[in-house]
Amino acid sequence: MSDTRELYDQTAHELSDLLSTKQVSAREVLDSVWNRITAVDEALHAYILLTRDVAEQQAREVDERRAKGEALPAMAGVPIALKDIYCTKGIETTCCSKILRGFVPPYDAGVIERCRRHGLVFLGKTNMDEFAMGSSTENSSRGVTHNPWDMERVPGGSSGGSVAAVTASEAIVAMGTDTGGSIRQPASFCGVVGLKPTYGRVSRYGVIAFASSLDQVGPITKDVRDCALMLNVLAGHDPRDSTSIDAPTPDYTKSLLPDVKGLRVGLVKEFMEYQGVGVDAEVAAAVRAAVGRLEELGATCDEVSLPYLNYSIPVYYIIAPAEASSNLARYDGVQYGHRTRQPIADIIEMYRKTRDEGFGSEVKRRIMLGTYALSAGYYDAYYLKASQVRTLIRRDFDRAFEDHDILVGPVSPTVAFRLGEKTEDPVAMYLSDVCTISVNMGGLPGMSVPCGFSSEGLPIGLHIVGKPLGEETMLRAAYAYEQSTDFHRRKAVSILTGEGRRCAVVREQRRSPDP
Amino acid sequence: MLLTPEEVEHVALLARLELTDEERERFTSQLNSILEHFEQLRAVDTSGVPPMSHAIAMANVLREDEPAPSLSPEDALQNAPDRSDDCFRVPRVIE
Repeated sequence: MSDTRELYDQTAHELSDLLSTKQVSAREVLDSVWNRITAVDEALHAYILLTRDVAEQQAREVDERRAKGEALPAMAGVPIALKDIYCTKGIETTCCSKILRGFVPPYDAGVIERCRRHGLVFLGKTNMDEFAMGSSTENSSRGVTHNPWDMERVPGGSSGGSVAAVTASEAIVAMGTDTGGSIRQPASFCGVVGLKPTYGRVSRYGVIAFASSLDQVGPITKDVRDCALMLNVLAGHDPRDSTSIDAPTPDYTKSLLPDVKGLRVGLVKEFMEYQGVGVDAEVAAAVRAAVGRLEELGATCDEVSLPYLNYSIPVYYIIAPAEASSNLARYDGVQYGHRTRQPIADIIEMYRKTRDEGFGSEVKRRIMLGTYALSAGYYDAYYLKASQVRTLIRRDFDRAFEDHDILVGPVSPTVAFRLGEKTEDPVAMYLSDVCTISVNMGGLPGMSVPCGFSSEGLPIGLHIVGKPLGEETMLRAAYAYEQSTDFHRRKAVSILTGEGRRCAVVREQRRSPDP
Repeated sequence: MLLTPEEVEHVALLARLELTDEERERFTSQLNSILEHFEQLRAVDTSGVPPMSHAIAMANVLREDEPAPSLSPEDALQNAPDRSDDCFRVPRVIE
C-alpha cells in the first residue's frame, strides 16, 4: 500500500529513506514542511523567526551533492527547528529576551556546526522562556506558544516552541536545551520524544548559558529512532567546551532493539510522590501501565526509593539562579544587545536601566534570588548547602543504579496546564519540574516517551533515566516500549478543526508587554 | 520575613537591576516565599559531605597554549550598541 501521508507528517528516518533513494528531493520535503508552517503557525506561534533563504540554500546543496552521487549523512535534507538559544552565524539569536534583540552571532555553536555538517535544513528559531527560565514558554518576550493538543494550554517549557513545532509537524525534528526539564517536560506535555543527554555528552560551545553546571542540549523528535539519529549528529567531544566528555560516541541506532529481556527497571517512589504528594492519578496510572508493559516485554521491575530527591526543588532553585545571576552579568549594554536610550548620570545607571528594560520579570526574579544566595554572608547557607545536598541526591542515584539499569517515573506531575494558570505563583510553576530537575543535578541522561493520554485527551510522558553515558540502554528501553504502543502515532487535532483562528485572536490578546 | 524591601533594593544594586516601587514590593513578597521554601534544607545533615559542582568527575582540562585564529575586530564589534573605531564605547567611568 502506498503511503498517502504528506511529507511533513513523516519521521526523519522515513524521509531519510525517501531522500537517499532519490524518491523525493530535499527541496520537496522543505516545501511540504513550509506549507505546513504557513497553515498552522499563525495559530500556534511555535516560531519566532523563519529562515526560508537559509533553508532553501541548504536544501539545494543537499540535492546537488546527492545528484553528483555523493554519499550523504542519514539526516541530510531533513528540516530542523532550532530553539532561539544557539549562536547561529548570520542569523539573529535572542534567547527570546529583549536584551538580545538584534544580536547576530559572528560564529556558530558547536552543535550548529554539527547540524550543518550533517546537511540538516534550518527552518528557523523557536519560541522559549526568556533565557530558558520557565516551564510553560509564557516567559518569552515574543508572545506565548500554544499546545497543539489544546490551544488553551501551554506546550510546557522552556523549549516549548521546538516541541510544539515537532508536535504539529511544523518541523521534522528540533533541538532544545534542558537545565531542569526544559526538553522532557514539554515533550511530555505534547506527546513527542525528548532526550536530555548526560552532562558533557553534547557540546555547549556557543549555546547561551543559563546554569552552567546543569545545561545540556538535546533532540526533540516524533519517535525514538529519530531521537537516536539526532543524538548521532549531536554527541561528541568538543575541546572548546571544557565540560565536554572525551569518550567514544556509539552509533545510537544500534541500540534500537525491540527487546528488554533481563533489563532491571526501578520505578522511583519520589518521582511518583514528592514530599508525600502524589502526581495526578491519571499520570500515575499511565506510568504504572507502562511499567507493566516493560515487564511483559521481559524487564524486571520494582519500586526504589531515593529519599534525597525530596529536596530537589529547593536545591535546584538555589543552584540554577545563582549560576544564572553570574552568567547573565554579561548583558550590560556594552558588547552586544540592548542599551538604554534614557539619559544616564554614570555607567552604573547605564547598566541598571539597560538591564531593567531588557530583562523580563522571571529573569529579574532569578537574578535577584541568585545574587542574594551568593552575596556576602549567605553563600554557606544557600549555595554551599545546596551543592552538598546535590551530592546526596547524586549518591541516591548511584545507589539505585547498583541494581537497576534504568529508572522510570512520570516526567511531570500533571498534564499540560492552562495558559496563565501558574504565571502569578513562581513556586507552583517550579513544582511542574519536580520529577526532572534531580536528573540534571545528577548529570544523568533522561528522556520522555509518550505513554498515554488523560481523559481530556492530553498526552502523558514516561520518564526514563539512565546511568552516566547510559544513553544506549535508555534508548533501547524507550524503543522497545514505544514499538509496543501506538501513542507516538497519534496526532494533535485541535489545530485542524478550525479552532486555530479563534486561538490566534486569544494569542494577540495575551501578547501584552511584560508587566 | 527573611528579606526586607531595603535588602531587596541592596540586592538589586548588586545585581545591577533597577526596580520600580511596584517591582520592589512584588519581589520582596515573592522572594520571601521562595526563601521560606528553602528553609527545609536546614534540616538536612550535610556535615562532611563535599559539595558537587560537576556531574562527571573531571580533573582540570588543560590544552597547549597555541595561537589560533580568532574573530576579526570587525566581527567582534558588529553587535556593539556604541563603538569608536575598534573599541566599544561606554559612558565616562573616570572623572
